[in-house]
Amino acid sequence: MAELKGWRDIPIGGMILEAGNATEYPTGTWRAFRPVFGEAECIHCFQCWLFCPDSSILVDPENEKMVGFDLEHCKGCGICASVCPVNAKVIKKADEELAQDDPRLCIRMVEEGKFQE
Amino acid sequence: MATKLLPKELAKRPDRLSPGHRLCAGCGASIIVRQMLAAIDEPVVLSNATGCLEVATTIYPYTAWRVPWIHNAFENAASTISGVEAAYRSMVRQGKIPEQDVKFIAFGGDGGTYDIGLQALSGAVERGHQFLYVCYDNGAYMNTGIQRSSATPLGAHTTTSPAGKVIPGKQQFRKDLTAIMAAHGIPYVAQAAPSQWRDLMKKTRKAVNCGGPAFMNVLSSCNRGWRHGTDETVEITQLAVDTCYWPLYEVEEGVWRLTYKPREKLPVEEWLKRQGRFRHLFRPENRHLIDRLQEEVDRRWERLLRLCGEA
Amino acid sequence: MSKFEALAGNEAVATAMRQINPDVVAAYPITPQTSTVQTFANYVADGLVDTEFVTVESEHSAMSACVGASAAGARVMTATSANGLALMWEIVYIAASTRCPIVMGLVNRALSGPINIHCDHSDVMGMRDSGWIILFSENGQEAYDNLIQAVRIAEHPDVLLPVAVCQDGFITSHGMERVEIYEDADVRAFVGEYRPQWSLLDLEHPKTYGPLDFYDYYYEHKRQQVEAMQHAHRVIQEVAEAFNRTFDRDYGLFEPYRLEDAEVAVVVANSTAGTAKVVVDRLREEGLKVGLLKPRVFRPFPAEELAEALAHLKAVAVMDRSISFGAMGNAGPLFLELAAALALRGVRMPMADYVYGLGGRDILPREIESVYRDMLRVAETGQVERMVTYLSVR
Repeated sequence: MAELKGWRDIPIGGMILEAGNATEYPTGTWRAFRPVFGEAECIHCFQCWLFCPDSSILVDPENEKMVGFDLEHCKGCGICASVCPVNAKVIKKADEELAQDDPRLCIRMVEEGKFQE
Repeated sequence: MATKLLPKELAKRPDRLSPGHRLCAGCGASIIVRQMLAAIDEPVVLSNATGCLEVATTIYPYTAWRVPWIHNAFENAASTISGVEAAYRSMVRQGKIPEQDVKFIAFGGDGGTYDIGLQALSGAVERGHQFLYVCYDNGAYMNTGIQRSSATPLGAHTTTSPAGKVIPGKQQFRKDLTAIMAAHGIPYVAQAAPSQWRDLMKKTRKAVNCGGPAFMNVLSSCNRGWRHGTDETVEITQLAVDTCYWPLYEVEEGVWRLTYKPREKLPVEEWLKRQGRFRHLFRPENRHLIDRLQEEVDRRWERLLRLCGEA
Repeated sequence: MSKFEALAGNEAVATAMRQINPDVVAAYPITPQTSTVQTFANYVADGLVDTEFVTVESEHSAMSACVGASAAGARVMTATSANGLALMWEIVYIAASTRCPIVMGLVNRALSGPINIHCDHSDVMGMRDSGWIILFSENGQEAYDNLIQAVRIAEHPDVLLPVAVCQDGFITSHGMERVEIYEDADVRAFVGEYRPQWSLLDLEHPKTYGPLDFYDYYYEHKRQQVEAMQHAHRVIQEVAEAFNRTFDRDYGLFEPYRLEDAEVAVVVANSTAGTAKVVVDRLREEGLKVGLLKPRVFRPFPAEELAEALAHLKAVAVMDRSISFGAMGNAGPLFLELAAALALRGVRMPMADYVYGLGGRDILPREIESVYRDMLRVAETGQVERMVTYLSVR
């Protein structure tokens, strides 16, 4: 957390001069579930990037690759996994109730407490 | 050349909304904002009504906005941006600042748009300011803790239209704000949903390039108010579209056009049953409310088809 | 060369607006302000100004658009009265706290209800804690001069606060008087170009205006407003000196009239001060040592200077054109604040309040004279029989 400043040291009128400084605020601590990226399965369709409410899908724009998650900010909502067409395909193919942390999925949602590197 | 509406192309430009904002996990509002702003190549200047999007993105001393942004109050996002736009036009005309094809956009929730901000919105579009007003409609005052608004669907439980022993949730249908805005005769009005991202982006581009005031009503799931899982946002939004509770259409220079027709129009129940706010409607004594809602959805859908020349 | 014209107060204000040539005016018609916006609309229609005139659908939107335009770096003006000001209320506070140097012509009118379109000061007194600088004007000339000065005061980098310039509804807003109108070029040179340090339209440096400000910083932003108000006290006087050098009209924090050797005085703002001057002259002819103090700057309240100017008197009456209902003695706000200012500076003298003219009720010279005669008695006895008198009420 930033140190609290006095009235002489902040811009007037409540103006915030540092655009996008919310990146300094870690919302990743809210997470109960963590998205885990299965690079091998990914087709780099960027659907997860399109739908992430937290701008937390990391992409390599030059090579047009999805590269992972911004875990500093990802709140673990699971939308990326739900919109992933690879996941949809896997779930359909499995023809069974698939656990959300099934290793066959492109984006798996793993309980934070149970996550291991 | 405008950037192609391909995710890989759009992702080449940094997000205009940064991470680190404090909207709830799975919020529909920031999905809408990200998609819409990604579709616009030009510089943007935003105003924002008081509401979830405003409070959660700008908790001092932090801001998630990487573009110029102003919040004034609850009911005046439209009049505030009208002042910004007037200032821009005046100063450009006088040669005080350069002309840069700035797109002025106001964001407000349904409370700030259907209800308290309706007058300011009506006035600002009547005056012909060049701006796009976006209502992210989650169907209640979510920021203050889920109170009913005139956008709340019939039967929905909110904290001011609770499902009680005598009154089973909200007793009125949603106000048809999109049609009200179309009645203003402004160049562009559309209804959209982020689950249909390409449709939303195309409409956004049309709206900011229509040469006058534009209005878009965009369905925004709120998993806290609608009562569904944080990962179901997109799916449940699409169900609203496929049941025709939330049809996707546009009104361009007075011409109504359906932009998406579900292959199979699903019963509204399919959308309702996925949300806790409608749970009480599935009790036998409340069944008639689902029927009433279905009738109204059908009536409005038929009317829309007629307006769009599809009936 | 300046020239003298026969103008109603509202026309004088509209003329100042034309000469100032603001980038944006957002306003809504309301009696008795209406002729200001009508006159200004003619200037816009005839291409005499570069202003974008935003003809909003309400006063709430007027002030909202002003805030948006001011944040965008524009020079912004508006005008209103009474209920219009009340509808702006929420944004009146936001304009001040967002540090928007908006200038408002405020034509004082009774704030309902029942509805009444005539003059009193209940509208402006409600905004006294909102963070606006407030200037009073006795007549059209002063409204004109104050409006010109207001631009420089508001936009001063040490201030950056909105300014309301008051005049009395109908009495001076519609009363035709001789007003000295300065050369357009001189007024433009006096107000200068507005060069804001920050702008929402600075696309290279995107800024966030109006964030959610909690207990950790809100108080600091309020402290900054206090600082700005303190600077305003000095800046108002500097601008007045510059104005005097340029246009040869002397303005201060207030105007003393035959006060120096007076034993009793009346403190009264806006148009009634003009009537009171006539009464003072008449009583002086009788050899009575009476004087007048006409406040010009109500916010920031010049407590120290007021106390100093009144310290030598034997008795003071304040005339208030509004009531602070439920306040001490149901007195008027000007009296209460002045009484506190004197008491806290150890200036002890008998004081009384005379509420008058509510809802446009006429105030006659003989009534003002009765106030002086009351105070002359009080000065002799040292006793105030009644702290608050509601003049000419039936």
